[in-house]
Amino acid sequence: MKINEQTKKLDEIARQVRKNIIEMLVQAGSGHPGGALSACDIMVALYFSVMRHNPQNPQWRERDRFILSKGHSCPAMYACLARAGYFPLQELSTLRKIGSRLQGHPSKTDGLPGIEVSTGSLGQGLSIANGIALGLKLDRIGARVYCLMGDGEIEEGQIWEAAMAASHYHIDNLCGIVDNNGLQIDGTIDEIMSPNPISEKWKAFGWNTIEIDGNKMEEILEAFAEAKTIKRKPTVIIAKTIKGKGVSFMENAVEWHGKAPSKEQAKVALKDLESS
Amino acid sequence: MVEMKATRDGYGEGLVALGEKNPQVVVLSADLTNSTRASMFKKRFPERFFTMGVAEADMIGTAGGLSLVGKIPFCCTLGVFASGRVWDQVRVTICYSNLNVKIGGSHGGISVGADGATHQSIEEITLMRVLPNMKVVVPCDAIETRKATIQAGEVSGPVYIRFGRSPVPIITTKDTPFILGKAITMRKGKDVAIFACGIMVYEALEAAKELDKKGISAGVINLHTVKPIDEEIIFKAAKETGAIVTAEEHQLSGGFGSAVTEVTVKQYPVPVEMVGIKDHFGKSGSPQELIQDFGLTRFDIIKAVEKVLKRKG
Ligand SMILES: Cc1ncc(C[n+]2csc(CCOP(=O)(O)OP(=O)(O)O)c2C)c(N)n1
Ligand SMILES: [Mg+2]
Repeated sequence: MKINEQTKKLDEIARQVRKNIIEMLVQAGSGHPGGALSACDIMVALYFSVMRHNPQNPQWRERDRFILSKGHSCPAMYACLARAGYFPLQELSTLRKIGSRLQGHPSKTDGLPGIEVSTGSLGQGLSIANGIALGLKLDRIGARVYCLMGDGEIEEGQIWEAAMAASHYHIDNLCGIVDNNGLQIDGTIDEIMSPNPISEKWKAFGWNTIEIDGNKMEEILEAFAEAKTIKRKPTVIIAKTIKGKGVSFMENAVEWHGKAPSKEQAKVALKDLESS
Repeated sequence: MVEMKATRDGYGEGLVALGEKNPQVVVLSADLTNSTRASMFKKRFPERFFTMGVAEADMIGTAGGLSLVGKIPFCCTLGVFASGRVWDQVRVTICYSNLNVKIGGSHGGISVGADGATHQSIEEITLMRVLPNMKVVVPCDAIETRKATIQAGEVSGPVYIRFGRSPVPIITTKDTPFILGKAITMRKGKDVAIFACGIMVYEALEAAKELDKKGISAGVINLHTVKPIDEEIIFKAAKETGAIVTAEEHQLSGGFGSAVTEVTVKQYPVPVEMVGIKDHFGKSGSPQELIQDFGLTRFDIIKAVEKVLKRKG
């Protein structure tokens, strides 16, 4: 497929995933829209272009792995998994309900195919990703590991412990992504506990860094392609994004971190996405 | 209708009251300022409030340092993170050195609901009471939480305060005496004594009313301080009633009921039945659904009473 055909196809999937996110959250009555919408394009790129994986055989040994370290953004991952064929689309409507496999934060033990590990307590995903990547190397399996973190999440010390270990062990089959939407719960990252300058920090920890617009499909695909070529060090993509991307009233609005839209608000949101 | 109020609101009010009394009180929050009601202190005393970012381990260590220069720091986050996430930091930095650091864990229990297992805090009593020097308080309503918070700031050494997110019935008054470590008899009874903490005190009182109709006289004791535990009141109840039921919105292993039985076996090994979570993780659902699912209602307490009375012989 030509580059622009490919990005067009992925952009369309991302639009559908965003609609799913809004529909899921309205039905659940709670959840986290902002970070799911900001990271949506990155997850779509991974599941529908970048990663080698097999929805019919989720445990395939050679698969690339995705760790959603910022577990609260799981509605986007759930919608990607369903659209990729891991489970029926209808199941998305059970999000956060009793008995559901789609738990409020990703759960490995509730039987949802495609979930590598439970997350939700921020800061832990990169260490897990390191372990998987090292294990794959030991087994001489050429698969890659992707770990998506929040820009608030990287305030967690454990992230930097993991960052140090990844470069120490030259984990080049690992690619981190920081969803740099500039917001956390209490305010902007600069007000609350600034992780800036983000790129320089990762560089200082020995990482290869790539800075992109994380809501532009072409740039996302190029960055992942470049990451694959980097040897002897891990790569992190600093993806500048818009929190709440695609829904007019949620964009860059700190209050849309962790609440569901009302039915009325959802109508407006879906209309925004319809015309995007 | 009983008045409802979240215990976290009592925590926020307690922090402000303490802040007014004592300029050494400082508050730290790990990006959950509104959720924990630390926001109330922040608004009143912005210069004594610190945003620590999503970095609980760092928050605990910073609080330890602040206490070493005479401050009285309160660390605020959700119970899961405040206990389990930073357990080693609390163990080594705070408790081993017996530093004057207070930890406020919100969203205790399963009543946080839809967020699911990762955010439901059902192990704090076990995790915290096992640590030497640590005191553990689980107040039953917002008024009691306010008092517990103030007293936590007034006693020296580490204190863990567990409180919740959802509005719960107010069952004490401003005048109800509250002393850390001293349990409160909420209702007298001669057939059985029900020990409860947190939101289960209200359920126990409702259960006792129902039992009364069946001709069973059940006492209810609000054992708000799990550590140091009020041994005297437990011995007395065991001796006088000969049967005990415990009720907690928490994992049974090593929790509140375990703490009570650790006492009874020393002098009066009477039969004990425990109401609590039976070795399960939490899950998504409405608080009401979960409370029923995990067997934490007044009806579960009634069943436990009937069972313990049969064993009493
Ligand atoms: C260890 C831990 N502390 C606190 C929280 C509560 N929490 C959930 S999301 C969030 C803010 C995260 O901000 P960021 O990483 O920037 O996420 P995004 O903007 O991508 O949604 C916080 C503090 C948590 N889930 N885990
Ligand atoms: Mg962010």
